[in-house]
Amino acid sequence: MLLVERARGGDMAAFEKLVRQYERQVFRISQHIVQNREDAEDVVQDAFLKAYEKLDQFQGNSKFYTWLVRIAVNESLMRLRKRRTGRMVSIDEDVETEEGSMPRDLADWSPDPEALYGQSEMGEILRKTIQGLPPGFRVVFVLRDVEGLSTEETAESLGLSIPAVKSRLLRARLQLRERLTRYFRKGARGNAQDGVK
Amino acid sequence: MTCTEFLQQLDEMLDPAIAGPLRAELQQHLRCCEHCEITLNTTRKTIEIYRRHEIYELPEDLRERLHEAILTKCKGCGK
Ligand SMILES: [Zn+2]
Repeated sequence: MLLVERARGGDMAAFEKLVRQYERQVFRISQHIVQNREDAEDVVQDAFLKAYEKLDQFQGNSKFYTWLVRIAVNESLMRLRKRRTGRMVSIDEDVETEEGSMPRDLADWSPDPEALYGQSEMGEILRKTIQGLPPGFRVVFVLRDVEGLSTEETAESLGLSIPAVKSRLLRARLQLRERLTRYFRKGARGNAQDGVK
Repeated sequence: MTCTEFLQQLDEMLDPAIAGPLRAELQQHLRCCEHCEITLNTTRKTIEIYRRHEIYELPEDLRERLHEAILTKCKGCGK
């Protein structure tokens, strides 16, 4: 809090420390939404600039980080909108419930799915899988499960109600699980887990 | 308890901090439902795997470049 106070008073060194502290997370979150590195770089810059300009509007009744994430999420969505030329993109998009969250593929996973793939292949699988989720699911999963925000903080960052966060989180988790089953099920890689032949 | 009801309460099983009164009922369902047991375990793994792998890494050189760009913008914004 002290750092934010000082930054608000015009202390540039304090603001720089805040940037250092959060630039990584803001970059990751933005990239999860816009799914493109160049756009994410722009978003991070715009988000911090906006935070800097609006610092005196920051109330201090929420965490600075939550406030910053909210700015970054909005900037990311604006960027997506621009890229899709006029097509409306909001956090509410593509989230009509179908009963599609009921697990269909009930195959159990290999005991150590990460041993099935090399590091870079694994990254590819995880990226591809999460990119298939609608943005409104993706961002909830990322904030809550990857970045470790609480349900309340996630709701605040996204301007959603707590029940909405919970139901999206459930569906995001189940959809990811379902999609990953294809790669991680027992025997997914021939007999890879039995060792090198 | 049905499987659908179980799934609705999945976060209760995934988040060790939540230990609501439902926990016992959920555990009871798990004992006799292999499907939900698999769903729970693989969902837990899904979260762990995503947490462990940083899929959008920010390389140090890009980080420095971004950092400088942010500060330049802020200093030049006339505030
Ligand atoms: Zn069940």
